[in-house]
Formats: sequence, structure tokens, C-alpha cells
Amino acid sequence: MASISASGPARGRPAGPSLRSALRRVAEAAVTPLELGDVFDVFHPLRGGRDGLQGRIVSVTAETAESATILIRPGRDWAGHVPGQYVRIGVDVDGVRLWRTYSLTHGPRRDRNLSITVKAIPDGVVSNHLVHRARAGQMVQLEQAEGEFVLPTPIPRKLLLVTAGSGITPVIGMLRNLFSRRVPVDTDIALVHVNQNESSAMFRDELRAHGTAGHLRLVERYDDRHGILDVDHLDELVPDLRERLTYACGPAGLLDALEKHHADRGLSLTTERFRPTLATLAGDGQSGGTVTFADGREVDADGATPILDVAEGAGVLMPSGCRMGICMGCVVPMTSGAVRDLRNGAITTAVPGETGPDGIPIQTCISAAAGACEIRETR
Amino acid sequence: MTTITKKPDNPIAHLTPEDIEQIGYELDAIRQDVLDDRGDRDAAYIRRVITVQRRLELGSRAVLLGSALPPLWVLGTLGLSVSKILENMEIGHNVLHGQWDWMRDPKIHSTTWEWDMATPAEQWKHSHNQVHHTYTNIVGQDNDLGYGIMRVDEDQRWVPAYLLQPLWNFINACFFEYGIAAYDLELGRNLRIPKEKRPPEFRDNVRKVLGKIRRQATKDYVVNPALALPFGAFVPTLAANFVANVVRNVWSHSVIMCGHFPEGVETFERASIADDESRGEWYLRQMLGSANISGSPLLHLMSGNLSHQIEHHLFPDLPSNRYAEIAPKVRALFEKYDLSYCTRPMPQQVYSAWHKVVRLSLPNGWLATTTTRNLPSQLKLLWAMSTKGPKVRRAAQARLTQQARKLAATA
Repeated sequence: MASISASGPARGRPAGPSLRSALRRVAEAAVTPLELGDVFDVFHPLRGGRDGLQGRIVSVTAETAESATILIRPGRDWAGHVPGQYVRIGVDVDGVRLWRTYSLTHGPRRDRNLSITVKAIPDGVVSNHLVHRARAGQMVQLEQAEGEFVLPTPIPRKLLLVTAGSGITPVIGMLRNLFSRRVPVDTDIALVHVNQNESSAMFRDELRAHGTAGHLRLVERYDDRHGILDVDHLDELVPDLRERLTYACGPAGLLDALEKHHADRGLSLTTERFRPTLATLAGDGQSGGTVTFADGREVDADGATPILDVAEGAGVLMPSGCRMGICMGCVVPMTSGAVRDLRNGAITTAVPGETGPDGIPIQTCISAAAGACEIRETR
Repeated sequence: MTTITKKPDNPIAHLTPEDIEQIGYELDAIRQDVLDDRGDRDAAYIRRVITVQRRLELGSRAVLLGSALPPLWVLGTLGLSVSKILENMEIGHNVLHGQWDWMRDPKIHSTTWEWDMATPAEQWKHSHNQVHHTYTNIVGQDNDLGYGIMRVDEDQRWVPAYLLQPLWNFINACFFEYGIAAYDLELGRNLRIPKEKRPPEFRDNVRKVLGKIRRQATKDYVVNPALALPFGAFVPTLAANFVANVVRNVWSHSVIMCGHFPEGVETFERASIADDESRGEWYLRQMLGSANISGSPLLHLMSGNLSHQIEHHLFPDLPSNRYAEIAPKVRALFEKYDLSYCTRPMPQQVYSAWHKVVRLSLPNGWLATTTTRNLPSQLKLLWAMSTKGPKVRRAAQARLTQQARKLAATA
């Protein structure tokens, strides 16, 4: 289409789009105050062009007692992904829409479906729901895939992958993609896969099969058997560590240690963090304040609760995303007041007249009130 | 209806301030029970109602394409009427109350919802949620009492123009959505004051209402009939839309009249409400200022659960499907504190509300003192009161009041 119109207006063609938009206008006038999309939603929620991407759960398959793979049929507008990326997913848990982020555990599939593998964490509202209560046929909300934790092209000759617990999820996506290629990838892969015990290890049998087939060198480490992994002894597990490009995903403790280890030795490292590290603030740094929202609501917030939680608790409709300070999906302007970054205690202030008419954008999911503040939430 | 503080036997005189606060605590507990239990079941309920309503509307409109055939016209008109009622009552009214905001679904949220109604959601939320639900039944503050066009209280001085109020009320019922739009704009008050003194947002709001009315009318009276044109059903479809709108208007007007108008519902004097009215006192005002309609689950659904007006006024933001469930607890509380829980079947409530409209359209005591025997002389009196000026009116009113009191004493 673009090339045709670039060569000049073709005769007879302009009627197409204008007729279409005229028809659309008539259809819209026939269903107001609904939007045309609301009507289509009744029949085809996975259609393209929908305002807000959705998906339908195709199947839920248990991986271990506490984890499951959810296969999702995304709407037509799903733009695809690169293995290692994650997706933000909105799930209705007990009637309430909650958003979380999960790594995609497959490369792009021929059936266009997505898969995420979820480990139910203690008190994890969404993860427990997905593992134990999600059923085929249920709808979920989706965002497009995001994330920088992807392998470079061309694929490096020698790779070291370090994963712990559910940190395997982006990596299994990479591996499945690499091993399913028609032309085998000539890469020497070592995978150090850390788990608390053997029974809780996700994808254990699949990884072992790859190991046996010679696709990769698998080093299984179990805390109950081998003790907590000490990264200073990593070269005992992977002697040629220095020749490998390292990708790691897991809890903050492991990644912090690995970052130090690699920095000390001048090695390159790419990591994916699942949870933010929240700094504990002491003393006076804890007091909160009254938060005023655009719809006029005023809510008292303490200094330790994210403004997003405070707002949602009061019924204010807020944009939200990962809830851990990484996706920027919850950013809204603060027109006046001060907030504290719960991760590091950093204070952000907005002074009307001084800090710009549109306020200061803040991440509500990791910012707590540090005094009275005004939030202009947008949708 | 006479404001509660002017009644000879005040129905809340027996309550101590401690009782009133205790009522507040007990109602808070009922509310909390629902909040704790609110979840999947409720979300599934509202989504199902919305899906059913949309399918019913589309289906009915499809049927109306063939409305040149009388049976299809009847079927389509019936379906469209029901769908419009559901859309306004169980869905629109309740979504706009924020009853479903807790689901955090941006498509079913009070801040994003728009409804099939002349008045834009934004303006209605102000006049209804903020004004009517806060100042419920306070004469002079709650405009839902008579919508500013009717005499709803014996204490309002009678003038001959009120004789027409049953007619106004009937016309208002037929074109209720436009009445509501005018009322949300405070049209009457704003047109009476000079242009430059009107609030600055008034013009803007008028523009928004007219835009909404235009879109609504274009849909019902132009586009959908035009779609039926190839099937020779332009006029029948137009008529069907008109009838469905009137049916919906009369139905919602009736349901809403039942909420605050029937005999037994109390009104309040502005001066009697403390500036720092406590939660318990507010609850009490809602308890006494509302009336329920008893009936089947279908009636509750079609009334948008405003048949549980008492429960709705106590907890305007609880999901509507829960009102029926908490009604027995609320009623038990009324009994515990010896308060009257006003509930009757719909025909009785509608009759009661209309009876009040008619009674108050006449001078105080006129209807009570009129019998078939003295009708001619009473009519003569009414004629005199209507035509001969305030002096005659005052004298006649004094006599009527005296007679009515005597009559009440002997009965």
C-alpha cells in the first residue's frame, strides 16, 4: 500500500478508505454512547485493532507442585517478541484486576500462542491464582512484550547462563528457541541452574534431556544438597568462565554477588532482576501525608505504602504495570508535594510554578508520600 | 409529608445519641462484611448483565429491521425497551455510583462510563451522587424532592399553579431523561438569573448536554431507522425507538418516585441538620428518607435494585447484586431500633407516590375534607382559592386546616 501511494494517487482507490471511514462513522452513530469496539468485544475479544490487548488462556499445565505453564492465545495485535523478553499481564483475581510481569518461556511459536511459566510464591496473590485457579477459556489483559534481557545477534560462541529458581523462565525461552531452529546453532552453552531442591526445579527433565543430547552443559545445584551457591567458587563449576559471555537471572542476592564477582574480574554480565530491592528507611524519613487525586479524592497515606496501593485502595483508577519500579507503566504527574522512592529513600519534589506546569512524573508503584502531594492520575 | 422535626410524633424521638451512633457501627459492620466477601461472583454478575444487555439491544435492533411486520415490531420494541431499562438502571446508574470501581477494569468504571441517557454521565454524577446522596430529603437542598417543579411538602406554601403538578409529573415521566438533563443543569434556576450571574461552567454544560442529546437522537431517530429503510421499516423503527424510550422513561420515573415519595418517607428541615452531622446521623437520615419496593428478583433487576432504595442509600457504592442479600440484616436493624422500614409492592408504592403528588397539588387539607356529598362546595372553594388572590386563599386555608384537624380528631 505504502509503495503504491508513494507513486502517486491511484485512480479509484481513494473511495476505499473514505467509504470505510464513512461506514464506520454511521456504525458509531448507531451504537453511541457505546464505542464500536465495545460492540465487537461481545463477539470477538481477540480481534485486531482493539483498544487494549487481551488474550485467552488455552491451557494450564503443572510443571511442579507449585508452578505451572500458562499457554495464552493473544489478540491479533500481538506484535511478537524476542526470547528472554517479558510480558505484563493483567489477571482478574477474585474479581480485581491485578497486573504482574512474567517472562515468556517460549520463543515465537508457530501457533502464535504465548507461554509463561509461573511459580506460586508464598502470599503471591497473582502467582497462586495463575498456578492453582486459572482455567482454560479465561481472559487476561496483555501488554506488548518488553525487556532487554535478550541474546545478541549473532549468538556468541560461548555462553554461561546462571539462573536461580524462577530465574530460569526467560532463559528457557532462549534455549527452546535456539534448539528448535532448523539450522543448529553453533554455540557452547553452560547452564548453572540453582534451585532449593530437586522437586521444585522447573523444567528439570527438559533441561536434563538437552544435557544428555549434548545441547548444553547442565550444572544442577540444589541448596539442600550442595549448600547455597558461592559465586566465588563459580569457576570450579565452570572452569572456562572467563571465555564466556554471562547472562544471569534470579534473586537479588545472587545477582548482586555475581555483579561484584564479574566486575572484579572485568567480565561482561547481563542480568534480569525480578524484584526491586527496597531500602528500609529509618527514623523521620518514614512520615507520609495526604494525597490529593485529580478526581478530588483525598487519601491519607503513610510513608511506607506506595501511592499506587493507596490510590487503588481508595478506588482511584490508576495506570499500573510491574509494581516493582521497572516498567514505567504507572508514571503519572505529581503537580505539587513530595514523594519518597521506597527503593532508596530518594526524595522527589514538585513545586507549582517552579517545576513546570505539567508537574513531575513519578512512578507511583515505588513512591510513597513524603508529605502532602497532589497527583494528576491519567488514563 | 411534613419535615420530621415538625411532626407531632417524631418517629426518632425515642433514640438516644448513643443509639444513633450504635446504628452507625452496626451498619458499618454490614458494609464491611460485603467488602470482605466481594469478589469473583460479583464481577461475573456485572459482566454477565452487561453482555446480556448488549446482545439484547443488538438483537432487538436487528429484529426491528423487519419491523414492517407487526409481530416483529412488537418483539423488537419489547426487547429494546427492556434493554434500555437494563442499561440505565442496573448497569448505568450503578456503574456511575462506582459500585464496580473495585474491579479496576477501566471498561467498567465510574470515571469512564457513559450511558444511553440525555444527561452526560459527568453532570449526573455531580447532581446525583454528590448532591442527592449527601443531602437526601433535606427540603431545599435535595432537588430530587420534586425536581424543583413540584410541591412535595405541606410546609411549602400552596399556589394555584400547583394544581397542574400531576400533569407536569406525568409529562416529566414520559420525557424523564430530558427532565433529568434539565435538572442536572439546574436549568430553571440558571435561566431565571441574569446571564452574567450564571456560573461560568453553565454554558459549557449546556453545550455538552445538547451534544449528548443530538447523538442520542441521531442514533434512535435517524441512523437506526435509516438502516431499516431498505426493508421498508423506517417509520416503524423510528416509532419503536420512541416507544422504547418512553417505556424506559416512565418505568425509571416510577421506580425513582417509589424511592423517596411514598407516604411514610420522612423529609428533613435544613436547619435541623447539624453541620457536623455524624456518620450515624447521616445513616439514620438515609434509613428514614427512602422506601423499598417488594417483589421478585426480576423486579429487582429491572429496577436496577433501586427496589432496595433503603440499602442503596445506606451503601451507595456496594455492588447492586448485594442489596437483596443484606436487606434482611438491615431490616432487622430497623426493627431493633423500632424504626419503620417502608416497603410495599410496586403498584401500592406507585399509587402512594402519585396520591401524594395529587394531594399536594391541592391546598392542605382539601382532599381530606372532600367527600362526594360536599364535592360541589369544595370545588367552589378551590375555584375561589385559585382565582381570588392571596387574602381569600389564606382565609380559606385556615378553615380547611381547622376542618381537617377536626376530622382527624374524630377519626
